Amino acid sequence: MSASPTLASPRVHAPFVGVLVFPGSLDDRDMERSLGLCGARAERIWHKDTRLPPDLDGIAVPGGFSYGDYLRCGAMARFSPVMRAVVDFAASRRPVLGVCNGFQILCEAGLLPGALVRNRQLKYVCQDVRVVVEDPGDLRAKLAPGRALVMPVKHGEGAYVPDPDHKPRVAFRYIGGSPNGSTDDIAGVANDRGNVVGLMPHPEHATDPLLGSTDGGELLQAFLATCLAVREAQR
Amino acid sequence: MSEPEVTDQLAREHGLSDHEIALIGEILGRRPTFSELGIFSVMWSEHCSYKSSKRYLRGLPTTGACVVQGPGENAGVVDVGDGRVAVFKIESHNHPSYVEPHGGAATGVGGILRDIFTMGARPLATLDSLRFGPLDDPHQRYLVRGVVAGIGDYGNAFGCATVGGEVTFHPRYRKNILVNAMNLGIARRDQIFLAKAAGPGNPVIYVGSKTGRDGIHGASLLASSEFDEDTDAKRPTVQLGDPFTEKLLLEACLEAMGTGAIVGIQDMGAAGLTCSSFEMASRSGTGIEMDLDAVPQRESGMSAYELLLSESQERMLLVAEKGREAEIFAVFEKWDLDAAIVGRVTGDGRMRVRWHGQTVVDIPVDPVAANAPVYERPTARPADFAERQQLDLAALPPERDPSGALLQLLGSPNLCSREWVYRQYDQLVGSATVLRPGGDAAVVRIPETERGLALTTDCNPRWCAQDPYLGAQHAVAEAARNVAVTGARPLAVTNCLNFGSPERPECMWEFAEATRGMGDACRAFGIPITGGNVSFYNETAGEGAIPPTPTIGVVGLLDDVTRAVPAAFRGAGDDVILLGETRNELGASEYLAVRHGLERGAPPALDLAAETRLQKLLVEAAMRRLLRSAHDCSDGGAAVALTECAIRSGVGVEAALPAEGLRPEVALFAESAARAIVSCAPTDGDAVLSLARSHSVPAQRIGRTGGARLVISPGVDVSLAEAHDVWARTLPEALG
Repeated sequence: MSASPTLASPRVHAPFVGVLVFPGSLDDRDMERSLGLCGARAERIWHKDTRLPPDLDGIAVPGGFSYGDYLRCGAMARFSPVMRAVVDFAASRRPVLGVCNGFQILCEAGLLPGALVRNRQLKYVCQDVRVVVEDPGDLRAKLAPGRALVMPVKHGEGAYVPDPDHKPRVAFRYIGGSPNGSTDDIAGVANDRGNVVGLMPHPEHATDPLLGSTDGGELLQAFLATCLAVREAQR
Repeated sequence: MSEPEVTDQLAREHGLSDHEIALIGEILGRRPTFSELGIFSVMWSEHCSYKSSKRYLRGLPTTGACVVQGPGENAGVVDVGDGRVAVFKIESHNHPSYVEPHGGAATGVGGILRDIFTMGARPLATLDSLRFGPLDDPHQRYLVRGVVAGIGDYGNAFGCATVGGEVTFHPRYRKNILVNAMNLGIARRDQIFLAKAAGPGNPVIYVGSKTGRDGIHGASLLASSEFDEDTDAKRPTVQLGDPFTEKLLLEACLEAMGTGAIVGIQDMGAAGLTCSSFEMASRSGTGIEMDLDAVPQRESGMSAYELLLSESQERMLLVAEKGREAEIFAVFEKWDLDAAIVGRVTGDGRMRVRWHGQTVVDIPVDPVAANAPVYERPTARPADFAERQQLDLAALPPERDPSGALLQLLGSPNLCSREWVYRQYDQLVGSATVLRPGGDAAVVRIPETERGLALTTDCNPRWCAQDPYLGAQHAVAEAARNVAVTGARPLAVTNCLNFGSPERPECMWEFAEATRGMGDACRAFGIPITGGNVSFYNETAGEGAIPPTPTIGVVGLLDDVTRAVPAAFRGAGDDVILLGETRNELGASEYLAVRHGLERGAPPALDLAAETRLQKLLVEAAMRRLLRSAHDCSDGGAAVALTECAIRSGVGVEAALPAEGLRPEVALFAESAARAIVSCAPTDGDAVLSLARSHSVPAQRIGRTGGARLVISPGVDVSLAEAHDVWARTLPEALG
């Protein structure tokens, strides 16, 4: 990605975020671009890499159809070489954000509870939705509960089904009903520790006024602020 | 294993005429082998050779200042500034989509995507022009669901945004639906790749999916003959699509192109390995020696004939610089794709193919490819041509319920909301979509620049059926106008010419007239045609042909994409202005079809000069940021256009349409060309009117936005909510 105008902090102190790229990842460039717009130093990381850059502050798992979603969405990507390092990264309490297929991958990898299944109407859906922030884990310092955000969804398998033995922390909930039949209108969840967050709406497609809403930029900036805060705290 | 003996009977079963069989004998000086017969059969098929259409296509305007690559390559290329080019093309996948709607439509999208990235461009946006039989027919609903799901499943998983298109229903598509897919990609001007097999000694490399037995004779038998009762038996000729592999192929090809080791590259689409190798060699005046045993194969025991003719998807043929093969292989290995050297370029202009140690093909390239037979088919104007232009407006009962008529039009299958279709498509991936589907043209930003491109496809088949010359002119005019209302300057055209059998003089006449109309309109607007596709034989035995359907795709350029103008109103209190003139005409209109069940009369008159003036005015007004919205008046006329501006924005309108000397239904629903509805801040109203005067475009303030009703004189007064509901529910209720 070439130099983009940044909306936030200068690059010297910019949080360093890795955007995972699996075969079939599709929104990886968009995520890299939007994180850049929000002030991050973002770099795509190939799924065959076994080691992450040592100074990485956060990981974003982007949308797409990794491995074509042929077995079950996200089911193959969890076996990619890079995922072992991602699991270790999450275990060190550093921030991980999964969007759409990235959310599905994090659920399959056991980093988030529950699963995502076929939309109730059995059709792919692309439209803007409104979600309300509830308990976004470590992002809550910068993303106030009660805030409503407009972002697009675009998925065929986005209906969240909680694990019956593991009540999720609901990070985001659809306002006015889900577009996909998600249980309790859940749009995104956080893990118990709060450092791993996944959601179906695409914040990276809502960061540029020319292209629609900019509410996704708020979410990404909260993620980046969390990356910086964790870096400072762990130093 | 030995090949079957080639007899004249077998050659005829391959779709070759006696004249063509004799010609093959002259070229070879002997009987062809079975594999050679297969090659002649596909290369001389209508689909691959354009043998009936070529003489008409030669007369089309194909040059202009922006044109970097005109017809003849995988796609057209135009300069869009900042060192970048737009690579775009539209193609049909009609017969496969009727036989197997999901797979046919999916591979249609896959095929057009490959045409774009084989030239070095990253695909940015897809549009789909779809035509079905009546929506109340359950089989048509099955076809709509299948086609839309197929387009979505392929495009969404590949990762290219679907930003627009059109959907039309007409009884004459009942047995022969149309699926035309257009794609546009962006490349750097100095990094365009062509389908060349240059440099004798250079390796010919096969990359992508393995070859299987799917799609054999898709081009020659399925696409180049009309349907009959055995259509279902042709299902095995439909290819299988794998968007995941295509995505890997895209990334691998662009990365391999970056090495600088690629001399030329072409996708394997219709007629697979045969067509790609012959065309590459023919363009470069070279030959190729190929060994089929080196082709990666999905199943065992495939014959030479099958390997040559398979239309397995997600494959490319490329020629690399000798000695740099390893650089290519490293890239494809990274992406877990097959790559194999299957041959070498030679200097003698012959195609030699070996299989299991035997030579199975040895024929000169040019007589098969560039110099394939060309026909001048007889044409005949239909006997009822003059009669069908007749429409006695005075005999039409007066419209007593304009509000009811508007609502009936809004809920009709051809005018209702298309959201059911486009919400199944990823419209956003790539971070480029500035104006999403639902307006006139979609607008996408050219990545990493300030510029934008407006894209649309258009054709009114009812008008083309009444008068193919005028109908085709209208298709170009409406497409260019749809681009201009967004503020973009129309740049260039791609076309998908869907017609019945060229062997029937009436169909050939329709084709001749439509291409003449298209050419005249393009010359008048100064927009060249950079490529496209001809699809003949769109008819079914006993059912007749489709209406002539020359689908026109237009690409327009916005120097500053932030000035793009949307179709929907932006808020209350804005001036509403009608640009252009409503004439006393209702022929072949939606109003007549929906309200009176009549498809008669001449299409609206078209003044190409007035159309040009309107387009220039729209572009200049957008550039000066005078407009808050702009929407073209077409199907359903000015009343429907006003309503669409309102229901897409949730802002009502009160307006009086010019009605002097016109019957109310003409004032409301006439489909006169060269018109648009624009809105602007009240402080800009005078500036818009004065700019219109300076462009000699008739213009008048007709009302103001605001409120929750549609009050349109003469005679319409309905609530916005009711209009929205009627408009929005038709497709979901029919399709689920």
